[in-house]
Amino acid sequence: MEGGPATAGPPFKVRKQGQQQMPEQPGSTGHSMRRVRRKLDLFHVITWLMSVAAVVTLLWIVVSIIIPAWPAIQKTGFGFFMNTAWDANRDRYGAFPFLVGTALTSLIALCIALPLGVFIALFLSENFLPLAIRQTIRFVVELLAAIPSVVYGLWGIAVLIPIVQRFGGLLSDRLGFIPLFQGPVFGNSTLTASLVLALMVLPTITAISRSALVAVPGTLREGSYAVGATRWETIFRVLLPTAAPGIVAATILAFGRAMGETMAVAMLIGNSPRLSWSLLSPGGTLAGLLANQFGEAKGLQISALMYAALALVLLTLVVNMIGEAVLRHAQKVTAGVR
Amino acid sequence: MKISLLLGSAATLLAAGTAFAAGIQLQGAGATFPAPMYQRWIAEYTKSNPNVQINYQAVGSGAGIKQFTQNLVAFGASDAAMTDNEIAAVKQGVVLIPATAGSVVLAYNLPGVTDLKLSREAYSGIFLGKTKKWSDPAIAKTNPGVKLPDTAITVCSRSDGSGTTFVFTKHLSTISPEFKDKVGEGTSVTWPTGVAGKGNDGVTALVKQSPGAIGYVEYGYAKNNKLAFASLENKSGQFVTATTASGAETLATTKFPPDILRAWPSDPEVKDAYPIATFTWLLLDKKYENKDQGEAVRKFVEFGLNDGQKFAEELGYIPLPKEIVEKGLEALKTIQ
Amino acid sequence: MSTTVSPIAPAGVAPGTLKAQDSRSRLRILRDNFWTSLCIGLSFLTLIPLFSIVWLVLQNGLRLLSPAIFTQLPPAPGLTGGGFGNAIQGTLVMVAIALAISTPLGVLSAIYICEYEPASRLANSVRFVAKLLTGIPSIICGVFAFSVVVLTTGTASAIAGGVALAVLTLPTILLTSEQALLGVPKALREASYGLGATRFQTIFRVVLPEALPAIMTGIMLAVARGAGETAPVLFTAAFSQYWMRNLIEPTASLSVLIFNFSTLPYDYQIQMAWTASLVLMALVTATNVASQVVFSKRKR
Repeated sequence: MEGGPATAGPPFKVRKQGQQQMPEQPGSTGHSMRRVRRKLDLFHVITWLMSVAAVVTLLWIVVSIIIPAWPAIQKTGFGFFMNTAWDANRDRYGAFPFLVGTALTSLIALCIALPLGVFIALFLSENFLPLAIRQTIRFVVELLAAIPSVVYGLWGIAVLIPIVQRFGGLLSDRLGFIPLFQGPVFGNSTLTASLVLALMVLPTITAISRSALVAVPGTLREGSYAVGATRWETIFRVLLPTAAPGIVAATILAFGRAMGETMAVAMLIGNSPRLSWSLLSPGGTLAGLLANQFGEAKGLQISALMYAALALVLLTLVVNMIGEAVLRHAQKVTAGVR
Repeated sequence: MKISLLLGSAATLLAAGTAFAAGIQLQGAGATFPAPMYQRWIAEYTKSNPNVQINYQAVGSGAGIKQFTQNLVAFGASDAAMTDNEIAAVKQGVVLIPATAGSVVLAYNLPGVTDLKLSREAYSGIFLGKTKKWSDPAIAKTNPGVKLPDTAITVCSRSDGSGTTFVFTKHLSTISPEFKDKVGEGTSVTWPTGVAGKGNDGVTALVKQSPGAIGYVEYGYAKNNKLAFASLENKSGQFVTATTASGAETLATTKFPPDILRAWPSDPEVKDAYPIATFTWLLLDKKYENKDQGEAVRKFVEFGLNDGQKFAEELGYIPLPKEIVEKGLEALKTIQ
Repeated sequence: MSTTVSPIAPAGVAPGTLKAQDSRSRLRILRDNFWTSLCIGLSFLTLIPLFSIVWLVLQNGLRLLSPAIFTQLPPAPGLTGGGFGNAIQGTLVMVAIALAISTPLGVLSAIYICEYEPASRLANSVRFVAKLLTGIPSIICGVFAFSVVVLTTGTASAIAGGVALAVLTLPTILLTSEQALLGVPKALREASYGLGATRFQTIFRVVLPEALPAIMTGIMLAVARGAGETAPVLFTAAFSQYWMRNLIEPTASLSVLIFNFSTLPYDYQIQMAWTASLVLMALVTATNVASQVVFSKRKR
């Protein structure tokens, strides 16, 4: 049967001689031995406590962002999201260019890393090639996760920027009519940062998607083959929809990582406070803005930077909501499979 | 499990670490620019004073001032000294000591061009975004015989707040009223054009990789990365290259107000002075609660002012002129 | 129920070798082969950037790799020699502290929202807040830990660094643990209850071990991220030139060392930064491999 303990506990009371009784709800009355009930209650209480602690901690963080951001919120209000000028010296704060930069880099990174990651996860969970090769590739992808973000930045500077400088010209020549590819090619650009971000989130998507795919019961596969589906038809119509919640979770985590990445992006994106829709021009992201200016910020600037952090949290919220909606739609479509 | 293993190895390493029972520990934080200098001082000073442990972490002048005000560190460091408001916020009182100095150079990437001379009009125009190409007459005028390409100038600036930016923009604001109006001075300004890199190393990398780029970096970075940098026209009309000597000339023109050692040589008129050079300050409490700590800080800074200056040239800084060292030592005496 | 994949095909036929009965079947098989080649090709494609990065790190980092790295302290600018044993010490300790906080918090909360009260308001809040905070920039974790730990204790400390990293990794561990628990088939739980086990026993002896590999994946991702992030640690643990003596003083770490040294204009320090990157990557990978060996195939 499908995984997921949506109904907690056994659906019936079992009582063996001298054995414990399993209450459906902890704390429900029963003639079970007190010793056992307390034991269950204790673990239940512990996990409940942990959950409360987790929520409290995470909410505390959100509050600790909002409070310092308040002066900036009062001063700039919604204009913060729409103004395009960020001038710390004159206390003018408009984060629109950075919102665009964050959205562009994360979207492109995910557009590259999601299909790539899912394909690799499939490769690792299906047996196209012998186990040894699969283990190697898995090791290799996990090695990508072990690289510190500073090193990604340094590699980007040493290897990726020259490549983008060389071949970016092709993009702007052929596709220059699209605003995304216009203008002179800079090595330090939104494109470079997006490519590195894709590499950085790839291990996350691969590892978690792989777990999700491996957790799909063999019976589902067998059933699909039994009705004559080919391997890939099984994958697309049965496995992926079943593993979809896990893959969506992986995507949300990957998006979060991409939007919150500070170091590597700050080193590669050119940090331009001027709005540009072209991928080949320098840009800026909210997280990069924070990384760059926080150390030296004073007064209202700190408040504005915290407002930017809040904007990131709100952006994550929007992404999450979209992800959940996509998942709900996918599950509706494949309802019969379960 | 993993965790107990990690904790166990950590505990072993802890035990294996030197037992440092009764020594003095000093913590400092602040500007990135002088960090190598201070760390060298620490290494040399603690060689002869092994009972003192000093740590200095570069977090930025702003964060350094904050931590110093919050009393989290024994001494702070700032490229922009401290404003009167900031000084007023420190309960124990502040003593500003100019500790070392450096110059800001304009490094450029023009293959084949080794000796670029930029007039005041030229370099302020470049950073204002008005002078857009290398073949612009403002540049060509002062470089007769040099083949300047017709490429666009890529201005490389700092994306992070920095004392280097502060010094450079202060200078530009002094020589160009238009710059003062459009951009202004500060540790973090919005440049009208170009790309920005994080840290001096970021700007260095930008300049290195983009033909036609020009950016402002600390002298040490240009030297170590073998970047070509321009000779700049100073107020007296001479084109001066940044060297230890020309920087020292600039520093010597600084006039400090009587009660506080805070001043910037913004536009020296002396003949051989390189126009963009500045001090960086150490921030000390006027009154230390912990007497031993205060004494240790005093001795350390004294070392830095006297013996520490000899590392300046090696590391890319300018040694402080004698008069300023004297003033600093005097200010040190006021610390309790 | 096995967690490995059993590639079952219609009886007697190996996958991918179906004979085409008609043109439509031929098309399906062609499509099938196309996707297989694409899949394999893309997987090998990712090797290219990875090899590039590893090659760069090796090329620059091997030169200074020596046992002195682990036993000596960082050299001052302008000087050579030395190592970064204290930074390795600091990273290990701070990641351990971070895991000690976020693993129980994350895994136990995941158990609550999965096994006990999945539909409750608390569970929904946990999920919502955890997803919301996947996107916090790492620097905010540092700022948070700074205001909570550093300001109250009056000093930078390894504990503050650990707290910052714990905050950074909590959403990851929580969400991956939840997915791991959801991946355990319901039938397993029912079988356990059918044998007379209590809920606690079921969770602890049946569900958790089954979900453990996937939970470890999440924890390893967290370890990798925590060890490699600079911003949170920079503001909370600062740096130290000396060996670690206790948990409440500024502490060195590999990530801050790499950051500090790579931004200096002195060649020796820049080289040392590469060596530190190499050591960091090796450490994280070793931890990852070790955890997989220990935790993946636990035969009950």
